[in-house]
Amino acid sequence: MSNKTNDKMLALVDYFNEADDMDKPYVIAMFTGKRPKRPVNTSLIKQWAIELCNLPEWLFAECYHNVGDLSETIALILPPPASISNRKLHEWINDLALLNNKDEAFKKQFIIKAWDSLETSERFIFNKLISGNFRIGVSSKILVNALAKQSDIESSKIMHSIMGKWLPSEINYSDLINGTHVNTDSSWPYPFCLAYALEAVPSSLGEPWEWQAEWKWDGIRGQIVKRNGELFIWSRGEELVTEQFPELHFLLQELDDGTVLDGEILSVKDGKVQAFSILQQRLNRKTINKNQLNDAPIGFYTYDLLEYQGRDLRDELLSKRRQSLEAVISSLKTKNVAMLSPIVPFNQWDELAKLRESSRDLNSEGIMLKKLGSLYHSGRKRGDWWKWKINPYTVDTVMIYAQKGSGRRANFYTDYTFAVRDGDQLITIAKAYSGLTDKEIKEVNAFVVKNAIEKFGPVRTVKPELVFEIAFEGIAESKRHKAGLALRFPRIARWRKDKKADEINTLDDLRQLLQATLLPPI
Amino acid sequence: MALITFTNKGIYCKQGDFYIDPWLPVNLAVTTHGHADHVKWGNKAYLCHELTKPILQHRLGDLNIQTLPYRKEININGVKISLYPAGHVIGSAQIRLEYKGEICVVSGDYKVEYDGISTAFEPVKCHTFVSESTFGLPIYKWQPQQDIFNQIRNWISINRDKNQTTVLIAYSLGKAQRLMSGLTGYGDMYVHSSIANLNEAFLKAGVILPTTIPITPETSKESLQKGIVIVPPALAEGKWIKSLTNAATGICSGWMQVRAGRRWRSADAGFALSDHADWPGLLSAIKATEAEKVFVTHGYSAIFSKYLNEIGIEAEEVKTQYGDEEEEDNVELNKV
Repeated sequence: MSNKTNDKMLALVDYFNEADDMDKPYVIAMFTGKRPKRPVNTSLIKQWAIELCNLPEWLFAECYHNVGDLSETIALILPPPASISNRKLHEWINDLALLNNKDEAFKKQFIIKAWDSLETSERFIFNKLISGNFRIGVSSKILVNALAKQSDIESSKIMHSIMGKWLPSEINYSDLINGTHVNTDSSWPYPFCLAYALEAVPSSLGEPWEWQAEWKWDGIRGQIVKRNGELFIWSRGEELVTEQFPELHFLLQELDDGTVLDGEILSVKDGKVQAFSILQQRLNRKTINKNQLNDAPIGFYTYDLLEYQGRDLRDELLSKRRQSLEAVISSLKTKNVAMLSPIVPFNQWDELAKLRESSRDLNSEGIMLKKLGSLYHSGRKRGDWWKWKINPYTVDTVMIYAQKGSGRRANFYTDYTFAVRDGDQLITIAKAYSGLTDKEIKEVNAFVVKNAIEKFGPVRTVKPELVFEIAFEGIAESKRHKAGLALRFPRIARWRKDKKADEINTLDDLRQLLQATLLPPI
Repeated sequence: MALITFTNKGIYCKQGDFYIDPWLPVNLAVTTHGHADHVKWGNKAYLCHELTKPILQHRLGDLNIQTLPYRKEININGVKISLYPAGHVIGSAQIRLEYKGEICVVSGDYKVEYDGISTAFEPVKCHTFVSESTFGLPIYKWQPQQDIFNQIRNWISINRDKNQTTVLIAYSLGKAQRLMSGLTGYGDMYVHSSIANLNEAFLKAGVILPTTIPITPETSKESLQKGIVIVPPALAEGKWIKSLTNAATGICSGWMQVRAGRRWRSADAGFALSDHADWPGLLSAIKATEAEKVFVTHGYSAIFSKYLNEIGIEAEEVKTQYGDEEEEDNVELNKV
């Protein structure tokens, strides 16, 4: 499949135009994570595949490293099928569901027989089905857009329909996308107004008094919709996340029907915004336990009021919408959960620039600038909303492992592991794919070839000599990493040819940074 | 003493005092085929198959080139040399050396499936065999060429239905001619000048090729629309392709077998059509030589040689400078 979003979407439209009607709800279920229970565990599937193709395990591991996907590796490595079956997808899925109560020998026989009746590309899909891991680069957003295009129904309605409660074996395609099982008249959100990054100096924006400054919060942008006695929480990706945030459900009682709020979902404890790493514990979970509710309580910092008493306010000026927003928030009985995103007062741009320097102390990413005379636009529009972010964190590290890329890059070392100093030791803290130019990749590759010390499968340990500055967005505690911490979005900022390996940062430097981010904000 | 050694200049035969596919200048370069990673400018003399000669002349200019047909033996300093078809591209040869009963074959790049245009690969029994390993992993198993061509033809008709211009990305030496032969009768074929120039060199040497139309600045976009456009990889991301407003690009390369390979190049389609042997092809070719010792060059050399040793074929990984065929097309583009 192509990697262009629009092509994927069009391919899905073609599929939904032609596919078997019985299959369609199953496909939607798979792409939206409503997948059946995994009938066989992955290590067994792998073991059976290795047995079938009669190859040593290390060679299978090399193939897997190269392909980067277990289902695909197995699909490619198996002997060709004896014959091709024409079974429908829903038949396969129903059969797989029945496997759950069977013993291992039965499961093995079923799967080996299935492999022997499928082509490589079908095997790949089949393996994805049995391993219960159906992430193949199609977000629910692309799927929803495709369904919207195919059926000519609004995409937010489709999102609501497919996020609702339904079972592929019990609903037909038309009922599903028309949302007969839910009430889509209440849920629809507005398109978010988005900001451009400010590259120029803020004084280029004109007079300070024309602008409203707020902190740029580092959470999940969200829209809260209350209509007809129902509450919906939409994320920026236009996904319904209502169930994930029970702390906000009181708004069902306290907001009037016909109210839509725009804001940021954050973890807020004792009135302070916590680091994104803490909010992360609460994201994409099906169930939430007590500890998580305690450690990472949710708050909603409101930015804007888009609808009030059923009336669309987006054509009003920001200054006016803000007043209405303040009235709505102050009328809430439950305090300190849905709050106003505070305005940062300033008179001079220099003054704001100084305040911006303190963003990190508040767990904010910088400053948002919104023109007081602006409307609430759909999407990104240049000129009215700007994000003025602070620079990312950086750390100087040394490269200690290198690994070859896959596919066409299989001949170059392009995946690197970086370490900082911890006493006499080097300790790994980040892995990054090359953010380097082709010329630099070739140079690093030549270095790795010359300076490889040991081989561990596809990995080479190399002489710790090349220093790289790694940029990252945040830092979190991590039990899974030897260093005890993990960096968020690490990438190579630049190759520090001017630095030697004894000039890199230490683990203590990073620990101090971690502590600083975990302290309650000032 | 061994018949070949691996030196910093290339594969050396001391008894005959010549090199095979050297990457630094030497007196005599015995050349397996015309891809730029296997033949460099600056050697005093070249020995190659007669159909590789027009390629070398076209690429490197007027050189001192001696040619041989397949299977004819000559003697250099007491070493018997003969060429056997490698099936990789037109004129590609395995170099067979024989000295005092000891036989060594250096295969360069090869594939075992007949591609319809290069002379079919022929296994040669030997004591020592030098094999590439570009696709030396068991995930690389090619579909029969006929099936891949059917997929390409289907894709072309889908593009036409959508009023899109079909652009196929293929190396100018080898893959391009293979596509031309496989797609004859499916529409006018327009080729980039780097491919057209090579075709002309082949025609002059008496090779029969399908008719193609060279793309010139005057070629109208409308005429391309209905036809099939073949361009080399170096152009895949270039301005020219972007100027075709409604084009679908398809890459023809063994790397397209894996999804990661297809994603890495942002094309609309990928076809795993390769001029290199796949995993079963490498194994069958090596077994057919009955060689006692196999040297594994460019590709998955460490993995492949480890596996050969495990199945009882003595093998050793060697470092060479082969394996960057893309370089070849850059050479071409610089010329035109």
